[in-house]
Amino acid sequence: MTLVVTDLTVDHGAIRAINNISFRVEEGQLAAVIGANGAGKTTLLRTLSGLTHATGGSASWHGTELLYSKPEKLVRRGVSHVSEGKSVIPELTVKENLHLGALWRKNSDEAHATQEMILDTFPRLRDRLDQQADILSGGERQMLAIGRALMSKPSLLLLDEPSLGLAPLLVAQIFQSIRALTSQMGLTVVLVEQNAMSALKIADMGIVLNRGRIAASDSSVHLIANPQVRAAYLGY
Amino acid sequence: MYKFLNTVLIGITSGAIYSLMALALVLVWRSTRVVNFAQAGQALLSTYIGYEVIQNFHSFWLALAIAMVAGAAVAALIDAIFMRTLFKRAAEGPIAGVAPIIATLGLLGLIRALLGLVVGGKEASIRPPVSNIGFTISGHTLAFSPLKLLIVASVLFLMLVLSLIFQHTNVGLALRASAYAPEIARLAGVKVDGIRTLGWALAGAAGAAAGMLQTPDGNGALSPDSLEFSLLLVFGFIAAVIGGLESLVGAVLGGLLLGLVLAFVLIYISGSLVFITAFVLLIIVLLVKPGGLIGSRRGRRA
Repeated sequence: MTLVVTDLTVDHGAIRAINNISFRVEEGQLAAVIGANGAGKTTLLRTLSGLTHATGGSASWHGTELLYSKPEKLVRRGVSHVSEGKSVIPELTVKENLHLGALWRKNSDEAHATQEMILDTFPRLRDRLDQQADILSGGERQMLAIGRALMSKPSLLLLDEPSLGLAPLLVAQIFQSIRALTSQMGLTVVLVEQNAMSALKIADMGIVLNRGRIAASDSSVHLIANPQVRAAYLGY
Repeated sequence: MYKFLNTVLIGITSGAIYSLMALALVLVWRSTRVVNFAQAGQALLSTYIGYEVIQNFHSFWLALAIAMVAGAAVAALIDAIFMRTLFKRAAEGPIAGVAPIIATLGLLGLIRALLGLVVGGKEASIRPPVSNIGFTISGHTLAFSPLKLLIVASVLFLMLVLSLIFQHTNVGLALRASAYAPEIARLAGVKVDGIRTLGWALAGAAGAAAGMLQTPDGNGALSPDSLEFSLLLVFGFIAAVIGGLESLVGAVLGGLLLGLVLAFVLIYISGSLVFITAFVLLIIVLLVKPGGLIGSRRGRRA
């Protein structure tokens, strides 16, 4: 199972958000996609999960063509997307938010086992299971959003800015949980992040996007060591 | 004392019917962000179907059930065939915001005109399934009859069923998620288009029930240009707005509140002020608390 993106181009009206990019992410790897605001990171994820339509190119996961399909279909093929910002439904309870991700799954025992694993990883959610999600803190919301995505039993997890609006200490904690959970479940992950250093630290590989094109793509160790990447994206 | 009690009873009965119509409007609004003016036409069509069932099988309750199923089917068809296409065709530009509303107004006219063609000037009326003569307590006849009791009980029952569906079933969870955050719902695997159609279907059934219960409570007469059904739409809409347009609980409470206020105006002041009061109430709510009197964030959850 490999994520293969070939010659992907996405337009937002007259603006070319993604300009003919190609890359691969091998099974079980965590790929960090970094870059400035407006580089096309979020558009890339939205295209892979079926929320946004591509203009051209292809993207395949495990033999499934991801482009020109609907998110509700792709999630059944193992693609789970945690969209940017508030990817939980505040009007629902914590339990309902989790349950939502597994509604389509036939085997409820299996779904229950997944839920237990998520709650073991994020025990703070267990204490709030029957409470409204709008009382959760930013960090707890992010845990819940990731938990909801995992309830769909994905093989490919697309994460958009999990660090957004979180305190630095919490960011480190969330990133560690992401790494631990996805390794444990054997997931392939595409992690989009503004917080480049934190993302590269837990990633196997990194892709630097600049105005819709790939500026650099390498193992995360090499990217962190690359002087140009350091100067432009890591801030030192 | 009896005057006050009677006013409350009248208010609750008519309010219960407004609540049903408000529920229908809220269900559609929540699932597709459309104020469905055609709801009055759909309710009228469903009630005519109910009338035909009564003519043939002489059972009001069978007619109510069939009218609700027919109302659900008609609403589902309107959404799946008509609204879905409309959303695709008029998705952008200045027309996008108003197109669905204008379209439902068009549908309302269309349904009434077609009904007019089919049933023409034929007289139709639905007789009460049980007595509409008020209960008597120590010589006083109350403005509350077995029929009114049945109406209130039916409305309560339907609300209970709806709230059970919404709060305790997987479909209900999908309905709520699709209403609050369609994008997240889709990412979680909910087939939002189908769920929206289901929302329309539930609304169609609620509207049909409102029509079937309202008609024998009034003079029983049915006509394609029925004023009663226009008023049902208007009062249902005002009740929904009072309730915040988002909340099922709000719709029910909004309907009851409107029913009570109008009953007190009718009995204590003057019948000619009822209509004015309803609209003044609507305007006051929109000016003072546009989010609805009851439609707080808490209300939105249920």
